[in-house]
Amino acid sequence: MLKKIVIVGATSAMAEHCARLWVQESPKVLVLAGRDQTKTERVAQDLRVRSPQSEITVQVLNFLDPDCIHEWVEGVTADGVPDIVLIAHGSLPDQMDCQQELGLCEEVLTVNGVSPALFAEAFANPMQRANRGTLAIIGSVAGDRGRKSNYVYGAAKGLVTRYAQGLQHRLARTNVKVVLIKPGPTDTPMTERLKADGVNFAEVSDVAKTIVVGVARGTPLIYTPRKWILIMMIVRHLPRFIFNRMDI
Amino acid sequence: MAYGNGRSYGDVCLNPDGVLWTTKGLDHFIAFDDETGVLECEAGLLLRDIQQTLVPRGWMLPVTPGTQLITIGGAIANDVHGKNHHVMGSFGDHVLALRLLRTNGEVIECGPTEKADWFAATVGGMGLTGLIAQARIQLRKIAGPWLETENIPYTNLDAFFKLADGSEAAWEHTVSWIDCMSRGEGRGIFMRGNHVAAQEGPQLKQGKKTVPMVPPISLVNRATLKPFNFAYYHFQALKSGKSRIHYEPFFYPLDNLLEWNRIYGPRGFYQYQSVVPRPVGQDAVRAMLQEIARSGEGSFLGVLKTFGSRKPIGMMSFTQPGVTLALDFPNHGERTHVLFARLDAIVRDAGGRIYAAKDARMPRDLFESGYPRLSDFLQYRDRGISSAMSRRLMGS
Repeated sequence: MLKKIVIVGATSAMAEHCARLWVQESPKVLVLAGRDQTKTERVAQDLRVRSPQSEITVQVLNFLDPDCIHEWVEGVTADGVPDIVLIAHGSLPDQMDCQQELGLCEEVLTVNGVSPALFAEAFANPMQRANRGTLAIIGSVAGDRGRKSNYVYGAAKGLVTRYAQGLQHRLARTNVKVVLIKPGPTDTPMTERLKADGVNFAEVSDVAKTIVVGVARGTPLIYTPRKWILIMMIVRHLPRFIFNRMDI
Repeated sequence: MAYGNGRSYGDVCLNPDGVLWTTKGLDHFIAFDDETGVLECEAGLLLRDIQQTLVPRGWMLPVTPGTQLITIGGAIANDVHGKNHHVMGSFGDHVLALRLLRTNGEVIECGPTEKADWFAATVGGMGLTGLIAQARIQLRKIAGPWLETENIPYTNLDAFFKLADGSEAAWEHTVSWIDCMSRGEGRGIFMRGNHVAAQEGPQLKQGKKTVPMVPPISLVNRATLKPFNFAYYHFQALKSGKSRIHYEPFFYPLDNLLEWNRIYGPRGFYQYQSVVPRPVGQDAVRAMLQEIARSGEGSFLGVLKTFGSRKPIGMMSFTQPGVTLALDFPNHGERTHVLFARLDAIVRDAGGRIYAAKDARMPRDLFESGYPRLSDFLQYRDRGISSAMSRRLMGS
C-alpha cells in the first residue's frame, strides 16, 4: 500500500519541495489541495513526471469556509486517514498596508491563522479516532514575538503556534503526532518583495529537507534553518526596554 | 534580463542598474513521454533535475555542458555544447519547440520548422529575443548511467590532433585537459568515452565539498600553477587506460566541489574560450599556448576539444567546425587584459570567435567579426531587454 499524504496549500513553495522529496523516496498517494485549479494542477503535473507511479489528485476548495473545510476533510479521510497531513498555506502581506486597511488585516489574520487552525482541527478528529498519522503545520518564527515590521502576519502565526501546542497536548497519549514547523526567512515567491533588500534567505529545498526529516521522526517543534532556535530564543527573552529600541 | 542559476562566467546574465527576472520558480516538469523521450518543461528547471529524474528511466539529455547546475533556458540561450559535439551537435539541435515571452506581451511559439527564424535567433540568442518560458526537448535513449572511458596522455599538439581525429568515428565523447604551463608543444590528457549497455558499474559517491571561504588572494598563482599542472598531468598519466565511470563525475567533474570559484580570491577569474577553424587550428592553438606561457599567467583548467562539422541552428551560436580552447585565468587586472589582447589577435587572424556565455571583456570588433549573422540577429531583439553584455557589445 502506498503511503497517503495530504497537502493543504500545495502551491506553497515549501510544500511543493516537500512533495518532490516525498515522491522521490517512493511513490505516494498524494492529495493536493489548493485555492487555484491551474496553479495546483501545475504542481501536480510536475510531480507526475517526477514519479509516474504516484497517484496524484488535485482538489480545489474554499480555505476560509469552515463548512467547506469540514466536508472536504470528511471526504478525504473517508477511506482511511492519511499517513501525513501537511498544512502549508499562507500569505505574506505588507505590514504597512495592513495598518491602513482593516479588510486586508482581517484577510491576513484569517488566511494565516484561522484557516490553518480549522484544517488542523478538522483532521485531528478522524486521526484521533484512527489513532494514527502525523499532522504537520507550517508556522513561522514571526509567531514567536510580535514585532512592528510584521505583527499582523506574526499574530496569525502565533495563533498557529498555540493551536499546535494545544493539539500536541490533547493528542499526547495517542499515536497521532503533531509537528509544528517554524521556518526562518526562506527564498520563496512569498518573500519576493523582501529579497530586494539583500537579505540572505534560506534555500527552500534545504528547508523542505528539514521538514521531511522532522515529519518522518515526528519531531514536535522544528526550527529551520536550525540557527533560528537560538535567534528566536534571544528575541523572545529580550527585555522590553531593549526590544522596543530595536528596529526589527 | 532573465537570470537562471547564474552559472555563466561573464556578463551575459547581468544587468547592473536594471531588472533581472529570476526564473527560479519556473522549475516544473510539464510532461514526459517514456516511449518517445520527448520532455516538456519550464525554462528554470535545472539539467540536474532532468538527469536525476530521467536517467533511471533510460533517458538522458543528448548534449550537456561541464556542469548540470544550469537551467534549460540558459542552455538554450547560450546554445551550450558538450564533449560529443562531433556526434550530437549543440543543445539547440535537440530542442523541438520553445515558448518565448516578449516584453510587448507577444507570445511566440517557435521551433526548427515553426517560425524557424525566431527559433534561430533565440537559440544562442543570449536571452535577448525575449524570455524563454518553456521548451520541448528530445532526449536520447541510454541503457544505463555508465560510460566506458579511456585516458590517454599525449606530449604535443600533433599527438592531440591525431588522437582527436582518430577517435571521432568510434567515440562519442572526446575532450582533453591541456597543461598550459608546459612550455613548447602542449602536453595533456586525452579523454574519450562511450555510453555502455552494462547494467553494472561503480556507484556514485555521495557527498559534496565546499570551498569554505574566499581566500584574500588567488590560490591560483605563479607559485601553485606549475606544480599543480605538473602533478595533475603525472597523476592522470598514471591512471591512463580504460575504466567504467558513472556519468556524473564524467560529465560534471566540478559539480561536487561547491563554490570552487572562490579559489580565485576576491577578484575572481575570467574564462577565455575561443574556437578557430580547423585548417589554421593547430597553428593558432600553438600560438596561443606560447603567448600564455610567455605571459606567466595560466590556469588549472585548460580544455582543448575539436568540434564536428555540424553547423549550429542559432544565428549567434558559438560552435563552428574547428578546434576550441578554454582556459580560466585569475583576474590580475591589466596584466591579464594584455594577455587577452594578444590572444584576441590570434583568434581574429585565424577567423575564429569567442564564446559569449563565458565572456566579460571581448572587444566589439572581434565580436562583430566572429559573429557574421549579428545584423540578422538584431532584428529579433526584444527592445525591452538588455544586459551588461548587450550594452557592451551591441551598444544597447
